[in-house]
Formats: sequence, C-alpha cells, structure tokens
Amino acid sequence: MSFLEYAPAPESTAILNLKDSYGLFIDGEFVAGHGEPFATISPATEKHIAEIANADANDVDTAVRAARRAYDRTWSKLSGADRGKYLFRIARLVQERARELAVAESLDNGKPIKESRDVDIPLVAAWFFYYAGWADKLDYAGLGAAPRALGVAAQVIPWNFPLLMLAWKIAPALAAGNTVVLKPAETTPLSALLFAEILQQAELPAGVVNILTGAGDTGQALVQHPDVNKVAFTGSTAVGRAIAKSVAGTGKKLTLELGGKAANIVFDDAPIDQAIEGIVNGIFFNQGHVCCAGSRLLVQENIHDDVVERLKQRLSTLRLGDPLDKNTDIGAINSAEQLERIRELSDIGEAEGAERWTADCAIPENGFWFAPTIFDNVSTSSRIAREEIFGPVLSVLTFRTPAEAISKANNTPYGLSAGIWSDKGSKILAVADELKAGVIWANTFNRFDPASPFGGFKESGYGREGGRHGLAAYLQNSRLEPVETKGVRK
Amino acid sequence: MTHLSIPKTYKLYIGGKFPRSESGRTYEVVSRTGAFVANAAKASRKDARDAVVAARAAQPGWASATGYNRGQVLYRIAELLEGRRAQFVEEITSTEGVTAAAAAKQVDAAIDAWVWYAGWADKYVQVAGNANAVSGPYFNISVPEPTGVVAIVAPADSSLLGLVSVVAPAIVSGNTVVVIASEAAPLSAISLAEVLATSDVPGGVVNILTGSAAEIAPWLASHADVNTLDLTGAEALDWVDLQIAAADTLKRVRTPGDFGASLDRVVGFTETKTVWHTKSLI
Repeated sequence: MSFLEYAPAPESTAILNLKDSYGLFIDGEFVAGHGEPFATISPATEKHIAEIANADANDVDTAVRAARRAYDRTWSKLSGADRGKYLFRIARLVQERARELAVAESLDNGKPIKESRDVDIPLVAAWFFYYAGWADKLDYAGLGAAPRALGVAAQVIPWNFPLLMLAWKIAPALAAGNTVVLKPAETTPLSALLFAEILQQAELPAGVVNILTGAGDTGQALVQHPDVNKVAFTGSTAVGRAIAKSVAGTGKKLTLELGGKAANIVFDDAPIDQAIEGIVNGIFFNQGHVCCAGSRLLVQENIHDDVVERLKQRLSTLRLGDPLDKNTDIGAINSAEQLERIRELSDIGEAEGAERWTADCAIPENGFWFAPTIFDNVSTSSRIAREEIFGPVLSVLTFRTPAEAISKANNTPYGLSAGIWSDKGSKILAVADELKAGVIWANTFNRFDPASPFGGFKESGYGREGGRHGLAAYLQNSRLEPVETKGVRK
Repeated sequence: MTHLSIPKTYKLYIGGKFPRSESGRTYEVVSRTGAFVANAAKASRKDARDAVVAARAAQPGWASATGYNRGQVLYRIAELLEGRRAQFVEEITSTEGVTAAAAAKQVDAAIDAWVWYAGWADKYVQVAGNANAVSGPYFNISVPEPTGVVAIVAPADSSLLGLVSVVAPAIVSGNTVVVIASEAAPLSAISLAEVLATSDVPGGVVNILTGSAAEIAPWLASHADVNTLDLTGAEALDWVDLQIAAADTLKRVRTPGDFGASLDRVVGFTETKTVWHTKSLI
C-alpha cells in the first residue's frame, strides 16, 4: 500500500476520434501501404488500438519522390516568411489539439498523462513556434548570408518521445526550407498520424511532409534512398553506426542522436532535497526511456547512505500504473522487447554483485511494467554501469574527490548528458568544463527547450537539435567559400 | 675551400620528439625529375598508435590553456616560420618541382594562415557559441569545445600550405592532431616540426607522420581513441572505406575537399556543450 490512497482519476479517451486503420501519409493524402500492416497496442493493457500501414521500399520511393517534387516545385519557391507562417499554424493547431495528442501519446506509448500533457505536447508546440520564427531569419543563423536548404530530409525517430522527436526533426527541417520523409517508431506511430491530420488542417502544401509507418527495414530503405540529401536519426548507437556506414561516401548530411549513460554527480555540499527530486526526475522520468537519463548516480562517499535512504523513501511514494491516470508517476514500459532487455540487464547487475532494491508497488496484471529499481555498490566495470538500460533502473556509484567524479563520469564511450549537484557555483563550472557531454544540467536535470541545443559528444552521436545550432543540421553553409589567405589555394 | 654539405636525416615527429620509424623503414623522396633528394621515415601502424597516445596525453593540457595563450603560441609559429623562409622555399622547390617564386608564395600563405588562425583562438567561442533564452528560470549557455584527438590526412600537393591549413584550425581550439604529411613531398612537414618544437607548442599537440597515407590512414580511421577524422587530403585514397571504418566509433569525419582558410574549419572540429543552471527565486 502506498503512503496515501488516491481514487482513480483517469483522463477520458473520449476526446480521441481514432480510425480503425491508418494509411501512409504521402503527398498530402493517406494511402495504403504495400507491406504487411501491423497493429499498434497500448503497452499498459496490451489492447489493440489501430491497424497501421507498413511502407515497403516502393512506398519509400513514392514518398521520397513526393518530397522531391514538393521541394522543387513548391517549398523551395516559398519565401521564408511564408514557410514560417505554415509552421506557426502547425504550432497553434498542436496547442488547440494538445489534450487529444497527449491522450493519444499516453495510450500508445505508455507514458504518464501528466508527462505527455505537461511536457511532451507543450514542447512540441514550442518547438514549432520557435523554428517558425527562424524561417525568415536564416541569414542570422551564423552560416553566412543566405544559407541554402539541403533538399529532402529522411528522418527516423524513436518511441520514447514520439511526437516530441517528430517536432525536433520536422520543425527545423521545414524552417530551413527542406522537405521531409519521416518514419515514426514501429510501436508508437499514432501521434505522428494525428499530426498528419494537423498538417492537412494547416493546408501545408502536399508532399512537404510525408510520414511512413513501418519497422526497421522501412527506415533502412528510407535512409539509403539515393535521392535523399539529409539523414537525421535518433535511436540506438548500434543502428546509428550502421547508418553512418551506409551514408559514407554519399554526400548525405548526417546527424545522429544516440544512446547515453549519463552521470548524475551529487557533491556533499548539494541542496539535498532538490538533488533527491533531481535524481528521481533524472532516471524515472518517462520510465527511464530517455537517452539522456541520469542512469549513473555518482554520489560523494560521505553522503552516500543518506542519499540512498532518502531515494528509497521517495521512490516508495511513486505511483506506478495506468498511464492515463492523472496521479500516475511511472507508466508502462513501451514494449515487451524493452521490458525483456531491462529485466535481463537488471539480472546481470545482480549477478555481478550489485545490491538490488525495488520499490514495493503493485504491478498491473496486463501490460509491460517494471518497478523503480536502484542498484547500490555498483562497480565501474559492471554492465549496468556501462550499458544503456533505457528503463527505470538507477546504478549508484561513489566518489571521494571532484577529480574522481570527473574521471568516473567520463569513463564511458557515450557523452550525451551529465548532471552536477552542488551549492558551490565555482565547483559546478569547473566540473562542467571537464565533463565530456553535450548537455550538462547543474542543480536540475532533464530540462528541454527549443532554444537550447541538444546532442552528444563521442558515441552519443553528432550534430545538435534545438537552438540556432539545430538549424545548421539542415542548411548548407554559404560561407564555405574560403575567406582571406591570399595566395595558393587548391 | 668548399664546404661539404651535411644532408639532414628526416625523421618522424611524435610527442615532441623526433624518432625514426620503429619499423626501421625509410623511403626515397625524389624530385619531380626522379633525382634522389633525401630519405624519409616510413611510419608504421605502431608509429601511428604511438602518435595517438602522445596526442591524447597532450590534449587536456592544451585544451585548458587559455585562448589568448594558444593564440600566442600559434602566432609564434608564424614568427619562426618567417625566419626560416629560405629553407622551406628550397625544400618545396626540390620536392614539388615548382619555381622558387611559387614556393615562396606558398610559404608566405602558410605563414599568413598561422596568423589568421592564431587570431581565432580567443574569438571562435564567441562566434560559435551563444546564450539561450529558455522558457524558465535557468541560465543556459552553449559553447564550442575541442573534439579531442584529430587524425588528419594532409593534402598531397602544396605540401607546406596544405599541412598548415589542416593543422592550424584543428589545434587552435584545443584539439591535438596526428597528421600524415604529403607522401611525395614530406620534407617541409618535418622541417615544420622543427619549427613547432621550438615555438612553445607543447610536445604531443602536433604529431607528424611521413610515409604511405594509404597504409597508415586505416589504422587511424579505426583507432578508438581518435575522435575526429579529417580526410581533406585523402582524395586519392579509398576514403569511403576510411569513413566507414570511422563509423565504428562514430568519429566526426570531414570528407576530402578544399583547404582554404575558414572559420568552418575551426568550428567543424568542436563539439557544442550546453550548460543549464537553475536561477533561484529572489
């Protein structure tokens, strides 16, 4: 029993007006796919939601042709101001249909409604609003005067933040003047298909955005299509590597946002109450299905016992269950496969000698669930300290000096994010300088904003999404012509 | 009495020292007409790996030097290069088969490139970074930082200017480099190493290998402790294979192309780091 009983408070699904089946969104219309359709289910109940079309290689080709045609005939001829107006329209429509999108997202993904309602969807609208304003100001993006669009962008996104990742990809691409073919993840296609309806309402010219549902082979056909100029991928490092190999020598511009194993460093002079909330938010937000999750807690040795005790108390108050319930803190794991991976790595953690603690909470009968779990006394060589678990599992390690914290934090091939907790500003800035990570949160964690560049060092990928830097991924630098140096040039 | 000349032994430049190749191999550097000019060290896989170790060891120190300091070090290189102009003109003339006037023009451009990039050392952060107006009580700033160790295939022609044009923009931000010099015309590269060794560039910041780029580059492309691969001079190699090898550790790759001076070259070897900090309610 949790410390306070709450009556169920489910968000109604009546706001949804779903179809039984969804086609591919190509050239402004929903059309049938030529692959074997698949079902999308709710991970909380395993119940069928809708049948989804599956794009085969021919469908991919049709969509890329539509995007090329739209680029050549329509989108590249529009003024930046007009491109921006379409993006503003999209931002407003997302705001207007925000609750519906949030319910669809929680239903299909399994994330708590309070996250989809208060984080995901508001950020989607913010992302389109932010990049809408850039569309007629590209001269000021730091890429020289009149930077040029790349052409057709192939975009493949993951299942952890389905609509938000779509916004991260589509908003800057369109603002910069590209057209898009996007593939949402196999397990979470629903919000992207509702978004396609929004594009119709916004009267976005046909072919400017095409959405293809399908599995890995659809994504592969898309990124390998010869008429694609840009590839953007968010997902696992293994797939990112394969994509980097497949686009080598093609001249396609590539950005990759891959895995992470972020250190969340807590010094003994940290504001402890805030740090506890930050640690919880860092790893249990979105069931830990976050590439930048603070999955390695590095806590200074002298406060270790206190921090771990408080964490356990706090985790015992989290409510796990129906994603659509407004009081739910921890929703469902997105798929059976992901649940299996979390279980496997957790068992390995135990076998390798770490101390396992799991919050005592009731697990619903159907669906995919994993209770918040902490591993203490984790050694740096343990697989749960090195590999991305992508679930609600926190590994706790200790350190004595800032130098040791830095060295342990950087002891990973990943470099996406990191957290620092201390009340001493000079210490935070010095440690932030030394961490090899693209995003560093000091006395906070898991903050996202369209104005703030996001992306990794090392094997967490390359390129940035968000902010002025995010535009560079979708533009050709007009300043590439060399400046100065008189004399010999190749 | 005539002075009997003393030919120079050209060696590698690794970690601030001038070792021969551990393989004991050398190759003949010849003029455009085929006449023997000198022997150069033919670097091996082991030399390349030693060079990466030296570059990695030097990287944190070089990156933590102030921009002002790095700028002065780069400017100092230009000063010393200017003083040894005649030697470089002579080496370029003998190996590239160009006129003394063309060689002089190349040396001048190389000196100017050092000066141009030196000036960026304490400015590129301002141009490539910015404060971000996020929706909440946070201080949020994005700054470029060096990627780490950069492996470079230098252009085959314009042996000095090509080399300087790829090394200077990589090191100005705090990267350290392992660079494979022009195979046919490596002499000015090793003489440049002598300039670097006497101009306050810490040992290991620039490591220069001579020999077969086709043989050495694959080892650097696949090396897990190299962060970035610059294939500017790799046009004649199987560079797509190098790019594929680099994908295993997700290295940043710059594909073959122009080496003209540009800020893009500096920023291209950096990573954007974004730092958030809470602001308290007052």
